Amino acid sequence: MSDVKKFLYVNRKAPYGTIYALESLEVVLIGAAFEQDVSLAFLDDGVFQLTKGQNTDGIGIKNFSPTFRALGDFEVTKLYVEKDSLEERGLSPDDLQEIMYEDEDDDWEEKPSIRLVSRAEMADVMADQDVVLSF
Amino acid sequence: MSTLHTVNKSPFATQTLMSCLNHCKDGDAVLMIEDGVYGALANSGMADFVRAKSASLAIYVMSPDTAARGLAEDKLLGEVSGVDYAGFVDLVAKHDRTQSWL
Repeated sequence: MSDVKKFLYVNRKAPYGTIYALESLEVVLIGAAFEQDVSLAFLDDGVFQLTKGQNTDGIGIKNFSPTFRALGDFEVTKLYVEKDSLEERGLSPDDLQEIMYEDEDDDWEEKPSIRLVSRAEMADVMADQDVVLSF
Repeated sequence: MSTLHTVNKSPFATQTLMSCLNHCKDGDAVLMIEDGVYGALANSGMADFVRAKSASLAIYVMSPDTAARGLAEDKLLGEVSGVDYAGFVDLVAKHDRTQSWL
């Protein structure tokens, strides 16, 4: 496919109270099959999707947070996380799970997929896309 | 290059309008639809913020949605322009991308 477009999936909802977060991840995985330039954005309550130590045994809902660590295998390697949203919620980057990918252009070196950005930088990321899908 | 943002939630129920306005670039457009139209109220606690943002953004409100909710034109911010469904289509066509804030 020659016409590669830039797709951004915007995540603004916490993980288990509504189905949005899981549906977003499903769509990202489906979209990854089409070899487009995919990025994910996490802002507002969306940053809660990436916290480490999630355990859903007690609520009868699948814990889908480990799936984020598989995104690198689908060449989804850009997860933009808004620092301001973390701070507003009393979180720091250390509260997020480690998500790595292997860079095929750099001898398969392991690199972090999460990129911390300011609110202004997030606005730049959004303005740089061909298609923006919100969840 | 510019973006049309749509907001369909009341700013008194969620932070969606606030987040949208804080991520817009100069020259972008914001269209309030459905319950989002409450963000256009002139005497609300949101009014000053929306008015300030209107200096660098074009802000629109979906007139059928304001009419449905009984929001008369004189209750809305003067900085906000009303559009109908055809106007919505024109806005989509005029901008490079549309971002729906859910």
